[in-house]
Amino acid sequence: MSQSDSYEDIVKARREEKFAEFEDERKGLLHKFHHALHVTPALVPLIVLVASIVIFGVLLGSRFFSPFALTLILQQVQIVGIVAAAQSLVILTAGIDLSVGAITVLSSVVMGQFAFRYGIPVPVAVACGLACGALCGALNGFLVSRMKLPPFIVTLGTWQIILATNYLYSANETIRAQEIEESAPLLHLMGAKFQIGGAVFTVGVVFMIVLMLVLSWVLRYTAWGRHVYAVGDDPEAAQLSGVNVKGTLLSVYMLSGLICAFAGWALIGRIGSVSPTSAYEANIESITAVVIGGISLFGGRGSILGSLFGALIVGVFTLGLRLLGADAQWTYFFIGVLIIAAVAVDQWIRKVSA
Amino acid sequence: MEPILNAKNLVKRYGKVIALDHCDFELYPGEVLAVIGDNGAGKSTLIKALSGAVVPDGGEVWLEGARVHFHSPTDAREAGIETVYQTLAMSPALSITDNMFMGRELRKPGIMGKWFRQLDHKAMEDFARKKLSDLGLMTIQNINQAVETLSGGQRQGVAVARAAAFGSKVIILDEPTAALGVKESRRVLDLIQDVRSRGIPIILISHNMPHVFEVADRIHVHRLGRRLCVIDPKDYTMSDAVAFMTGAKEPEAVAA
Repeated sequence: MSQSDSYEDIVKARREEKFAEFEDERKGLLHKFHHALHVTPALVPLIVLVASIVIFGVLLGSRFFSPFALTLILQQVQIVGIVAAAQSLVILTAGIDLSVGAITVLSSVVMGQFAFRYGIPVPVAVACGLACGALCGALNGFLVSRMKLPPFIVTLGTWQIILATNYLYSANETIRAQEIEESAPLLHLMGAKFQIGGAVFTVGVVFMIVLMLVLSWVLRYTAWGRHVYAVGDDPEAAQLSGVNVKGTLLSVYMLSGLICAFAGWALIGRIGSVSPTSAYEANIESITAVVIGGISLFGGRGSILGSLFGALIVGVFTLGLRLLGADAQWTYFFIGVLIIAAVAVDQWIRKVSA
Repeated sequence: MEPILNAKNLVKRYGKVIALDHCDFELYPGEVLAVIGDNGAGKSTLIKALSGAVVPDGGEVWLEGARVHFHSPTDAREAGIETVYQTLAMSPALSITDNMFMGRELRKPGIMGKWFRQLDHKAMEDFARKKLSDLGLMTIQNINQAVETLSGGQRQGVAVARAAAFGSKVIILDEPTAALGVKESRRVLDLIQDVRSRGIPIILISHNMPHVFEVADRIHVHRLGRRLCVIDPKDYTMSDAVAFMTGAKEPEAVAA
């Protein structure tokens, strides 16, 4: 090498340096807002939620803006909210779970039939239903992580398989609410109501909120949570940097199945009976909640609390429009608009420079 | 002297393509061994076979005199071999700290860590900050910023800092200076000397001949899936090395 140009000499000597610091000179409100959104992605659905509550509150007054009506929304979204928690986990790994609704209903049927057809003690029947959900999830997880099949295809298949199993096993029989009330009240546990002032809560609502808070803590503060994000972000990089990608995927799908089984339990409490034809909308509603909640369908980005807000937004629109006397189709109309708006906002936040 | 890391007769085929053709490899304690070769010569496959990212179809790998079988990068990392891949293997949406500790997170002491498995973010951040400043990566503003907001060179710096921080027996660097600025390249070369002076041997894959000749003790020339020769940078010039690796010149005696 010719030594005539020793341009590297200047950096050969180490100088004492501090980490670079910059004045944040972006004073504009929009910029600050953009930055805040970038740091906390769950803010967007929260703002939309608060705004829609305020708008409907102004339009409808105390008919809507009362503890009773607002907690009614919570009760109406509890199933979708719990299922959306499961869906969020899967979508964070860049997957999708189309079988959540089927797992929910099969688990509830297993709980009911085990208790009534075989006379198994109710707590054991509930545990069997939960195990059934986890097992269905494990099947999805196995096919996705070991067989390397695309999650969309796997869960499209298991959706049909689990739903068919549900009808075949239950022989399309409904277990009536009265019978459950008499001999297996534990199945109604998630529907048990309690009042605080005018507000009415159910155990299922509390379960949904606690579940969301626990999951968001776990995703933020444990290694497993960080691995879920890493796997969704770039599975190859995660593998090379020492993450057990297969194990993480398997655990996510299993947990998703287990959470769906809890949703199945809550479903019995909500509708009173055990019916093999319920919860058929849970798939699309949970995906809607997740998307409105700002979780990226490409994986690795978003916050699970967003899904809770997303589910609540749908609930607020449904109840608010019904109280306004609007045609139910308007609900779907606005939810469609919200989905597209949510993704558009997501793209805007992504832009590092706005 | 016994080699610390040693491979014999490694074979790896990708369908009809033979990436490693009965390749031998030796790394001695405390040395910097450069691996050079043309594009497609099989350097990356050789490195992946040593770091567990690829399981060879044939041949043996020995670490400190014991036969090892790496089935995943985690196996190699647990054995003390740390690798910086060309692709860097980082999760863009996660923070610098998250990436440095990916797969070996620190948990909080006491009940929160043991029973609730809470991570010790504070300790990990302090450690990450210290390692980055050791490497002179002072242009990073926030240790919690997502890796995707860093420039290419900064990302590479973080990946090198990660390997240097955790490698205990062997550190493998695949093109560590390719995307770095002058100052950062210099720091990486300094770091290589630092690590060597700590007695940890380094495998360096690079196309940058001045860098190779500056830090390497021996140079492994890779050609057509196997080791062509091993040369001493003091006995040969950069043009000789380039001539060997491109096939323009045959090494006169096959040095082992």
